[in-house]
Amino acid sequence: MPVSTPEIDIRIPTILRPYTGGEKSVQASGSTLAELVSDLDRRFPGMGERLLEDGKLRRFINVYLNDEDVRFIGSLDALISSGDNLTILPAVAGGS
Amino acid sequence: MLSITQEFVDAIYAHARADHPDEACGVIVGPASTGIPTRHLPMRNAAMSPTFYEFDAMEMLKLYRDLDDHDEVLVVIYHSHTSTQAHPSRTDIAYASEPDAHYVLVSTREELAGANEFRSFRIVDGVATEEPVQIR
Repeated sequence: MPVSTPEIDIRIPTILRPYTGGEKSVQASGSTLAELVSDLDRRFPGMGERLLEDGKLRRFINVYLNDEDVRFIGSLDALISSGDNLTILPAVAGGS
Repeated sequence: MLSITQEFVDAIYAHARADHPDEACGVIVGPASTGIPTRHLPMRNAAMSPTFYEFDAMEMLKLYRDLDDHDEVLVVIYHSHTSTQAHPSRTDIAYASEPDAHYVLVSTREELAGANEFRSFRIVDGVATEEPVQIR
């Protein structure tokens, strides 16, 4: 029996909205976060580059699956289920 | 131009002095409709460092959800420099990701001997531009 790949809502931060035509929320599908990011980049070219560096999540981009920081649930290997939601927020950070 | 009350300026300074020598950080939010700063929310500096700041990731998620629920925006994003002047550093500019916010910097460096140095910048596409501050 084929397993359907969940399509979920993704919350896009202001700085990345130029890639989504200004949309605050978009959808993408994947059964892991890596697949989701890859689908997001297919639908909105350039987005992948803003989220990944050397095949890993960028250090200063926070990604949350529901209410969890994905870094604590497997990062790109985090499993996606239907009904989940993803929030992307660039870290607010800096240094003197 | 940033228009802000003396009360918020004092609150930012009180936070910066309390956390010195570590950098302090936080926001002042306001209604999306007016963009006037109305609520001060000190944030935890997850880096707990005299040379770096980073909003705690979970506190930040809560903040952004809260803004959405109340139709509010980040009007001011502030942090302190504890041994250098109140001017955005290269890293501040590199990581800035809210083109609509006023980036406020305050300095608590010793040479100021307790005097205030409060400056505001717009940081857009890797360029920081200082703006006047009107204290009401």
